[in-house]
Amino acid sequence: MAKAPARASAASKKTASTPSPATNREGPRDPVPYDATPAELEKFYREMLLIRRFEEKAGQLYGLGLIGGFCHLYIGQEAVAVGLQSALDGDKDSVITGYRDHGHMLAYGIDPKVIMAELTGRAAGISRGKGGSMHMFSVEHKFYGGHGIVGAQVSLGTGLAFAHKYRGDGGVAMSYFGDGASNQGQVYESFNMAELWKLPIIFVIENNQYAMGTSVNRSSAEDQLYRRGESFRIPGMQVDGMDVLAVRGAAEAALEWVRAGKGPVLMELKTYRYRGHSMSDPAKYRSREEVQAVRDKSDAIEHLKKLMTDAGIGEDKIKDIDKEIRAIVAESADFAESAPEPELHDLYTDVLVEQY
Amino acid sequence: MMSADTMTATKTMNMIEAINSAMDVMLERDSNVVVMGEDVGFFGGVFRATAGLQKKHGKTRVFDTPINECGIIGVAVGMGAYGLRPVPEIQFADYIYPGLDQLVSEAARLRYRSAADFICPMTVRTPFGGGIFGGQTHSQSPESIMTHICGVKTVIPSNPYDAKGLLIAAIEDNDPVVFLEPKRIYNGPFSGYYDRPVEPWSKHAASAVPEGHYRIELGKAATVREGEALTVLAYGTMVHVVKTIVEELKVDAEIIDLRTLLPLDIDAIEASVKKTGRCLVIHEATRTSGFGAELAALVQERCFYHLEAPVERVTGFDTPYPHSLEWAYFPGPVRIATALTKILKD
Repeated sequence: MAKAPARASAASKKTASTPSPATNREGPRDPVPYDATPAELEKFYREMLLIRRFEEKAGQLYGLGLIGGFCHLYIGQEAVAVGLQSALDGDKDSVITGYRDHGHMLAYGIDPKVIMAELTGRAAGISRGKGGSMHMFSVEHKFYGGHGIVGAQVSLGTGLAFAHKYRGDGGVAMSYFGDGASNQGQVYESFNMAELWKLPIIFVIENNQYAMGTSVNRSSAEDQLYRRGESFRIPGMQVDGMDVLAVRGAAEAALEWVRAGKGPVLMELKTYRYRGHSMSDPAKYRSREEVQAVRDKSDAIEHLKKLMTDAGIGEDKIKDIDKEIRAIVAESADFAESAPEPELHDLYTDVLVEQY
Repeated sequence: MMSADTMTATKTMNMIEAINSAMDVMLERDSNVVVMGEDVGFFGGVFRATAGLQKKHGKTRVFDTPINECGIIGVAVGMGAYGLRPVPEIQFADYIYPGLDQLVSEAARLRYRSAADFICPMTVRTPFGGGIFGGQTHSQSPESIMTHICGVKTVIPSNPYDAKGLLIAAIEDNDPVVFLEPKRIYNGPFSGYYDRPVEPWSKHAASAVPEGHYRIELGKAATVREGEALTVLAYGTMVHVVKTIVEELKVDAEIIDLRTLLPLDIDAIEASVKKTGRCLVIHEATRTSGFGAELAALVQERCFYHLEAPVERVTGFDTPYPHSLEWAYFPGPVRIATALTKILKD
């Protein structure tokens, strides 16, 4: 799958869930692109731009040695987290994801300062510096982390969904994973249980085309990943993950199905990461031209800008937002650089309830 | 120690019945408790530990899962993070390995990595140990793998009374607990002599089990026999085996049943070894990097100047658990007697 996800107008229409030829089972309705107000377009833009600028800054801080270890940037995939999470009910629904988790936190409006401070391992970080880039949590937003083991969070998300159903609280769990994780065995254990027990869960495959350096085609016998739930009777939807309105529209169709008690939905979001898998990625598995082609033709933020212009939002307004976002990101970086590191005694805290 | 609300009638129970009763009591008291696993619902568990629970508490709270240990533990971690108290059963401890990823990287790390925003109050029950001709995939003792994880508590009861009180405390605990049930002694204590008739629990004092709620705090050892000549550290099945040999040989041993390996009651161990000056560690698990190695290190760190002989270990051999040569592998009467003689002579 070395090709960039195209966004011809025909491709946008393909965001409709593709019915499986093998069955005539009922599935979620065909999604339609979300009809956003100008204010909503601005909000999406603000959130997506924040993710991009934040991640660029994180990349810089990593280069300066202020962020250590592992750091996986979300640049290119912004429309996915923003489009999906904007459709959730923040009071009821829960979200869990893998290690590329900065964007999902930012899409929730969590203060960028405490996210950046987590990346730099400071005590003021949202998980007090204990989680780092890959492991961040927020009780307030029912955000159950950031998980560093590929695919492990899918089972946890299934447990969250079980708990929603058990409590009868009307919540839906959204469990993100990547195209790479979609080949892990425990993902299918989770699919089976989720459908068997009709759990309120949306499984989201963020297909950014590469599992570290291995393309989907080189790793996956069935490369149409939205079909991976078929043998569990889980309906699948393939969505243009570079178009925030398509994503939001598909999320609403999926949520209708799940909230009606009909069990899980599998969404495949076709997207693309511009940067390496992590900061130490030599990127020899794809060409510069391929990356550039996506940036030129399919960039989610550029696309949204066009929609904003069409909706009558002026260039000045967009520039103001850009300036505002740069200031927020700069402030978060300053905070993350200057906040103190955890105390030494934190080495032993939060291992078990009590200390032994 | 029994807590105040334990003044209920007692009933004679074997370990299976006591474990069943603990889950029954907790299902009754706390609607967040759910019991899940392979065959635990309709069938009542391969060892019958969950018999009758689904019928009494319903399919929402006591239910069958597919055969997918990683998925079972992973789902339970998510349920725990959301505030439930799942009690998954892994049918044999040997099957826990597919779920080890979830146990190590998720269950044991969730509190730490979220800086205590989220916790995992899950109790994984699993039968372990040999003595039933299970061979290499139905007899293993993985306790030192669990204690090595950090972030998981490890509990091993040795009798019905303790099993129920410890299991209730485990389910009520806010951390993940691996509750290892010595399956050889489910129906009666084991003397170590495989060719003698099995004694039922009903002849043992610890089979008098209160029907209601009571707790045995995690992290507290029990002295099952007081003595002056040496300290024996054991847990699970081996508590009964060593007690038989000690009584046969008329050795004045102090036998400590650890009950919880992590957190470990190191104070009780230290006080006893300082009193006796000698220490024998017994476990069924393989020797190298077994929990006995940890115990021996702790004893020498804390009691070195009180020791009159090197710490001895009697353990399983460093081999897969054999099928046909089970009783040669099992650290039974002969090896224990030899070790006792040696340590008392030194």
